[in-house]
Amino acid sequence: MKPAPFEYVRPRTADEAVAALSEAADAKLLAGGQSLIPLLSMRLAAPSTLIDLNRVEELAYVRVDDGGVRIGALARHAQVERDDAAAARQPLLRQALGLVAHPTIRNRGTVVGSIAHADPAAELPAVLAVLDGTVTTRSASGTREIAAGDFFVGPLECVVRRDELVTEIRVPALGPTSGTAIREVSRRHGDYALVGVAAVVDADDDGGLRSVRAGYFSVADTPVVLDLTDAVDPGPSWDRAAEQAMAALDPIGDIHASADYRRHLIGVLTRRALAAAHSDGRRSDG
Amino acid sequence: MAEPTHAIRLHVNGVAYDLDVPARRLLSDALRHDLELTGTHVGCEHGVCGACTVLLDGEPVRACLTLAVSVDGEEITTVEGLESADGELGPVQQAFKDCHGLQCGFCTPGFLTTITAGLRDNPDPTRDEAREMIAGNLCRCTGYQNIVAAVLRAAELKADTGGSEIAKHAGVSRDMPTASVADGDRGGTP
Amino acid sequence: MTTKMFGDPIPRVEDERLLRGHGQYLDDLGHDALEVAMVRSPHAHARILDIDVDAALDVDGLVAIYTWDDLDGPLAEPLPLLIPHPTLTHPRMPYALAKDEVNHVGEAVAMVVATDRYVAEDAASRISVTYDPLPPVVGIEAARAATDLVHADVPGNVAARMRQSNGDADAAIEAAPHRLRLDFEIERSASTPLEGRGVLARWDTESARLRIWSSTQTTTGVRAAIAARLELDLGQVDVIAPDVGGGFGVKIVHPWPEEVLVAMAARTLGRAVKFTEDRREHFVSAAHERGQLHHVEVGFDDEGRILGLSVRFWHDNGAFIPYGLIVPIVTSTQLLGPYKPGAYTVEFESLYTNTVLVTPYRGAGRVHAAFVMERTIDAIAAELGVDRTAVRENNFIQPDEMPYDHGLLFQDGKPLRYDSGDFPASLEKLKKLVGWEEFATFRDQARAEGRRVGIGLACYVEGTGVGPYEGGHVHVETSGKVKVATGLTSQGQGHKTVFAQIVADELGVPIDDVEVVTGDTRRFPYAVGTFASRAAVMSGSAIALAARRARAKALRIAADALEASEDDLEIVDGVVRVRGAPDTQIALGTVAVLSNPLRYAFDEASKAATQFAVGDPSKPPVAEGDEPGLEGRDYYSPNQSTFANGMHAAVVETDPDTAEIRILRYCVVHDCGPMINPRIVEGQIHGGVGQGVGGALYERMAYDEYGQLLNASFMDFLMPYVTEMPEQIEIDHLETPSPLNPLGIKGLGEAGIIPSSAVFASAIEDAEGIPIRSMPISPSELFELRRQHGTDGD
Repeated sequence: MKPAPFEYVRPRTADEAVAALSEAADAKLLAGGQSLIPLLSMRLAAPSTLIDLNRVEELAYVRVDDGGVRIGALARHAQVERDDAAAARQPLLRQALGLVAHPTIRNRGTVVGSIAHADPAAELPAVLAVLDGTVTTRSASGTREIAAGDFFVGPLECVVRRDELVTEIRVPALGPTSGTAIREVSRRHGDYALVGVAAVVDADDDGGLRSVRAGYFSVADTPVVLDLTDAVDPGPSWDRAAEQAMAALDPIGDIHASADYRRHLIGVLTRRALAAAHSDGRRSDG
Repeated sequence: MAEPTHAIRLHVNGVAYDLDVPARRLLSDALRHDLELTGTHVGCEHGVCGACTVLLDGEPVRACLTLAVSVDGEEITTVEGLESADGELGPVQQAFKDCHGLQCGFCTPGFLTTITAGLRDNPDPTRDEAREMIAGNLCRCTGYQNIVAAVLRAAELKADTGGSEIAKHAGVSRDMPTASVADGDRGGTP
Repeated sequence: MTTKMFGDPIPRVEDERLLRGHGQYLDDLGHDALEVAMVRSPHAHARILDIDVDAALDVDGLVAIYTWDDLDGPLAEPLPLLIPHPTLTHPRMPYALAKDEVNHVGEAVAMVVATDRYVAEDAASRISVTYDPLPPVVGIEAARAATDLVHADVPGNVAARMRQSNGDADAAIEAAPHRLRLDFEIERSASTPLEGRGVLARWDTESARLRIWSSTQTTTGVRAAIAARLELDLGQVDVIAPDVGGGFGVKIVHPWPEEVLVAMAARTLGRAVKFTEDRREHFVSAAHERGQLHHVEVGFDDEGRILGLSVRFWHDNGAFIPYGLIVPIVTSTQLLGPYKPGAYTVEFESLYTNTVLVTPYRGAGRVHAAFVMERTIDAIAAELGVDRTAVRENNFIQPDEMPYDHGLLFQDGKPLRYDSGDFPASLEKLKKLVGWEEFATFRDQARAEGRRVGIGLACYVEGTGVGPYEGGHVHVETSGKVKVATGLTSQGQGHKTVFAQIVADELGVPIDDVEVVTGDTRRFPYAVGTFASRAAVMSGSAIALAARRARAKALRIAADALEASEDDLEIVDGVVRVRGAPDTQIALGTVAVLSNPLRYAFDEASKAATQFAVGDPSKPPVAEGDEPGLEGRDYYSPNQSTFANGMHAAVVETDPDTAEIRILRYCVVHDCGPMINPRIVEGQIHGGVGQGVGGALYERMAYDEYGQLLNASFMDFLMPYVTEMPEQIEIDHLETPSPLNPLGIKGLGEAGIIPSSAVFASAIEDAEGIPIRSMPISPSELFELRRQHGTDGD
């Protein structure tokens, strides 16, 4: 399983990368390569040009400010996972990254790469979606910011154009009264989830819930975010929220799990993720 | 018309190699065929089995998911670079021998590099941490029991040598005291 | 005083170089070789209309392209049927490159030879094959229905029908106080060693010799097959197994198309040629071991004693059947396990499907057999409301009934006659190890906490050390070093260590002076191969016998040299000496010099020997019937297999919500007779259990109705990582020696895997209260079963 031949360009700056993209007829961008290189080796992708971003140091950043966390295109999963400031500002990042494949893959793969790859079974696209994050792209014609809700359009398909480089993604800070959690069931440790849920629960002081959002992965062609705020009963009880999610989503069956089992897991994991996010918020105590 | 090649330099186990490779040459193939360092093995070429794991600037990566041109100028440690300074087996290698941690040996280099980096970051793992450390590598022969034992044994052997760096070329300091291997009844229960 | 090596868990001699990364696996060799890529069928069943190579011809670095039209003579014929059988009435074999028709996705259609694999794949991707798709037959149901045929001239897709019986099972069932009818389905898996197949060939024009390295379990098999195909004398062909990264059965198949084609190309092109398959190729063009459907009728009494057992099953043998009926025959016979049903009938049909070959994988049909028998026994226990161990005890063959003849023929054509084993004792050990009697309390406590836990057990008997023979050669060199060779092969079992242990004991030499070579036809040309848990029994025995011959010769010569009686001599640390008068001694190396009456003294060893005088000056220096040199060569060829046995128990916990299955404990009691190296024995058990966990809970071959293998990669074929394994595998041993070989040993290579599907099914059923009749089982499938039985609590 060896890749087909390609032209190789190794820019040193983001501008050079963008220029290379606009010049090449049929190019792919290489950052972590953990998803792309198997596709090249299996000859499922055969770009005429490969633009290698691994020297574009200026994009290897994790920047934390009061508003949230900004992750540059070349920041590795492991780098973000280790970043304590990022974990404090938005805990769902570290929670989700711990579930992404295995540490060796995380040493090389990038957060931006995973999001741009738009695998509906992956954790990070769902995290971006449930947090209402944004994606910044740059091309010869300028930059644009794309909301997570507009970003994913199909399996392995996002709205990034052929001549655009995703330079960073941004997730907002966790609110002072919010909690996060992510729960998934996979066949083996480190495998893609059969079903997964990333949850953000925002409680007010009286124990009422201001906002309950759940981002689902492995349930559809893209990550799906459900607002379940009105489906939570006093207790809190998550049963109705779980049922609502099960009714709203229409997962498919494949060789690993039937559609009905996935739907069942949607219910189970909704309860578990919401409960955990709720506890998480109360524990951090504002 | 021959395929265009790129001149790159790889530092492998402390030695600088100059190569001319096509852009599509996987690092696994560059190591194995261009440098004839065949200790790194290829089990799947899609990043799942871990047999090809090498250390890139000290961190485990899948050589089959890396292009050689992409790591031009960087430091790579392979299984061939895990020996002690005196040429004896390094602590992780010795632990595998003590614990019968290999059978066919094909997956072993990937475990050795992974564990070398793992113990550098966590020198005294619990049994659960030892399992987690090797959770991304496949073995078909051993059922993993003795590999977990080998991780714990390697931690012991490292501690015996004063906890110093456990491989010549793991991307960190070069100090290498002579390993004083414990006697036979020291450990390594399968 | 030399310590006895047999029984010593010494570290392996193989490890040092492997740990340093100095192993020599197939792809590590032949850096100068041309490399191969294959064009393979994307269709499960199709006619080949045209192969157009034009677009590939200008790929820089291309050397040659071959299709079936380029093959001559025996090369153009179908590959051999390795194991014929009278009931195999419709054997069908592939061609080395497909001729006119393809019968599974992955079948080889063309071979490209180029300067390296990258270029070879470039050229292969430009070869355009035009197919006319035919309806594919996928799965046992489709094969039985035979609406479509895999091979047009094989009616009903039936390769073979076979029946064996002992007594009148139908009558016994009819007359029995209790009866059950049960259906079982078991999908097995595949060996999937971490190293795939590979072959390297060099043709030496000057000496007209072919040298082949292959990642194979049988170098002698490959040699014979290739010599025949290329019309060479056996003596012109050497085959060597290098380091092999796992076999587990799949690498016993020979010759692979690639082995034959690479050898041909090497000779034709006058260049070294190498083929190393990639992972996807291994999934679609090596071999699997797959599905069986069983229908069981059993009659039993109030104690659960089986009065009559009738088993009918259907076996999926894939598109071709080079390995014959071994797998279903093993299933048929090993199904009996440690039990003695009053009467037994077994009947099977082996069916073609448009899928990859089915050949033995560790267990070789025994996993299916144990599943069927053990689930049947559990069903009997459930029906009677009695303890599952009690029913087994009531059915066991007793130790004083050994040897026990089942009245059937085993896979080697020999009587199925158990020679040894103490099944009640093994069960006693297992019950103690797992805490069988105490488990009910634990289960109740867990239930009170809302947890679901269950315990299962399963027993098996394994025919090991199957013939026809293996050989050993032991050669003491003048340096005192001992060179040992046997023809079968190694894939990580530690043969070089255990065979050295045997020789060290038999000859009385330090183990560091013993060097063992396996799998090299230059060193030992008569052999069968490594499979069926036979290597220790077969080659171990042969090597022991060979060492004894060498020892006898050494003592004879030493007695002459020392002017002592042979009976007074012992060999300790490589020195022959008079017992009680150790100063009267002669080193084995010196004995070796004396054994070879030379005109010339080459070295110190020969000079040292001159202090001794041997032989009768009035007789010829090499006596009649004798040979120069201190060597022993012998063969071990038993009359039947020797039967090992074991019993496993597992405790599982199932998640009431997600139906995930967690292994809490895994216990093994195992009897392979005396153990040469207990550490290696345990390693083999661990590995087998690992594959057992995979086969029971994670692995299957997911073919769709078009015959496409949907999970032809490690991403979707779920081999377990450490995280899927139990924390610990608890092992206890029983040693009932085999009376059939000089060492009293039995094989164990497959022990870890055989009862695994059965034991997990038993434990999950105990946890869930739902009959588990089909394996493997995933959480999704358990969830579906819960819904069917109304126990999902939704």
